[in-house]
Amino acid sequence: MSAPLLLPMATTVGDPKVNIAIFALFVVFTLAIVIRASRNNKSAADFYAGGRSFTGPQNGVAIAGDYLSAASFLGIAGAIALNGYDGFLYSIGFLVAWLVALLLVAELLRNTGRFTMADVLSFRLKQRPVRMAAAISTLGVCFFYLLAQMAGAGGLVALLLGIDNRAGQSLVIAVVGIIMITYVLVGGMKGTTWVQIVKAVLLVIGAGIMTLWVLAKYTFNLSSLLGAAVDRSPAAGEKLLNPGLQYGATGISKLDFISLGLALVLGTAGLPHVLMRFYTVPNSREARRSVTWAIWIIGIFYLFTLVLGYGAAALVGPDAIRAAPGKANSAAPLLAYELGGEILLGVISAVAFATILAVVAGLTITASASFAHDIYGQVIKKGQVSGDGEVRVARITVLVIGAVAIVGGIFANGQNIAFLVALAFAVAASANLPTILYSLFWRRFNTRGALWSIYGGLGSAIILIAFSPVVSGKVDKKTGASLSMITDTNIDFSWFPLDNPGIVSIPLAFVLGIIGTLTSKEGTNVDKFAEMEVRSLTGAGAEKAVQH
Amino acid sequence: MSDTPRAAGDPELTTYRDVQLSPDFSELRRRFRRFVFPMTGLFLAWYFLYVLLADYAPGFMSHRIGGNINVALIMGLGQFVSTFAITLLYVRWADQKFDPDAKHLRDQIEGETK
Repeated sequence: MSAPLLLPMATTVGDPKVNIAIFALFVVFTLAIVIRASRNNKSAADFYAGGRSFTGPQNGVAIAGDYLSAASFLGIAGAIALNGYDGFLYSIGFLVAWLVALLLVAELLRNTGRFTMADVLSFRLKQRPVRMAAAISTLGVCFFYLLAQMAGAGGLVALLLGIDNRAGQSLVIAVVGIIMITYVLVGGMKGTTWVQIVKAVLLVIGAGIMTLWVLAKYTFNLSSLLGAAVDRSPAAGEKLLNPGLQYGATGISKLDFISLGLALVLGTAGLPHVLMRFYTVPNSREARRSVTWAIWIIGIFYLFTLVLGYGAAALVGPDAIRAAPGKANSAAPLLAYELGGEILLGVISAVAFATILAVVAGLTITASASFAHDIYGQVIKKGQVSGDGEVRVARITVLVIGAVAIVGGIFANGQNIAFLVALAFAVAASANLPTILYSLFWRRFNTRGALWSIYGGLGSAIILIAFSPVVSGKVDKKTGASLSMITDTNIDFSWFPLDNPGIVSIPLAFVLGIIGTLTSKEGTNVDKFAEMEVRSLTGAGAEKAVQH
Repeated sequence: MSDTPRAAGDPELTTYRDVQLSPDFSELRRRFRRFVFPMTGLFLAWYFLYVLLADYAPGFMSHRIGGNINVALIMGLGQFVSTFAITLLYVRWADQKFDPDAKHLRDQIEGETK
């Protein structure tokens, strides 16, 4: 075992040329796969759902690829390295949440829908208003999630290429955006899925090697790793291992912890880009298998993040992480450099880049499908449009969303991405999950209930975030620096005390769904409900795989 | 068990509504809900118990068990174990107990209502 390397205090870590070369290799390799996979892209089912021809295990790996975003890798490792045990809640919440998807949503959704979440929500309610609402909330969730990923791209670039001026970082964010747009336009869902698969395999292997390496340094004794992390973190000390370092300070921060826990566990089953992945398999049994595979991969990966986070605290140290350009988000790359020098750093960074690229591609295809299929195809054209026409609109939407992602990423640059993703989860859990569950399981549920729940959940979540300390008015007590998105400390329009809105907006959306339903005179569409219930449980009449 | 084989092409099952009201389907739905709802309640209760303990009982959670391993870490890893266990249980139940009956009904419907 080698002695720990001295960490350079310069802004660049490793050799930018190596980093760029490894990343370029990945882009070329995956682009080749995308082009190969796209040869059979003909119909709308091909573009949106990869022809429904992926197997359960393939889709499970792709789901893991979609889900293990930069937030999971960079964000959680950083959160654990700096905030200790409180960062571990992200891992646990993100994993347990999959049980909601497995037990209540995945198979039933696969059996009733075609391309998007809105297909299921509007199945037995008034088509146009519900579809519109579901599409708007899909776009909203995708936007927050995109923001998080692009912010991560900026921080990573800052670290790896030594670009610490905003203009240079913005340029690289734009390049990442353009590569992603190319993937989606060329490959559709099929190409995107293969990128997810390749990336998931690389990510799990990369994180696995680092985990074993860290453990080997402590003779596979978790307790001595934890001890070393404590020794290296004099400011936090013992508290690094105990709950409460980040959230235990006040009654308000404790509520924030519950709010975060709620958003994490209920968010996954409402994430539109995850839900859309269930349509890429031929039937509900394969949907079940894919979730099972995803749960195993995701669970094992999150166990790695525990070791990586404490490993970064022990081997890199919190001061070096805070001083690095990407702050908490750079804990994992710094750890890679500490362990394996510039080659491992290059590989891990390329994997992290690939992660961002793949997740952004998945989000973009979901958002574009939702706009083209739901808003353009069903609401504007009332279903009187060919699949080709829809796909053309979807492709244009991809360009627009790509541009939005680039601009948003430039603004959000520098925020902790696990935290930004948690906001996306809060929006998904508020706006989508109540309506999904009600329309699957509650006979009486009707259009007004759906609209109140979706718009109420979406609106309250976004309003509470806008007036929370995340956006304005959070100041570091020691340094006086701003911790909010608006970095001018004179601007403070926050009145909602919590960072995460989940504890208010999620129950509110559930209650609004009930009140809206009970105050509406609209009766249940008995035949449509019968069709939905029978199809969801038996799989009769479900969309079949495309034959080529 | 209610899944006594019925002659294929049951003339009574002409619409989804007929299927929904049939005893076979009611039984299928009842069994699905009897597995899935309690399981959901169980894992959510266990998860929130963990969150609340971490939040409001840090003293208990910080209790050392051996070396630097404390109660919080064990309970956190316990969430992983329970998630894996519930996944295995559900998949086994769904593959063996639920799918055959669902397929049986599906075959009847797709043969008749379309």
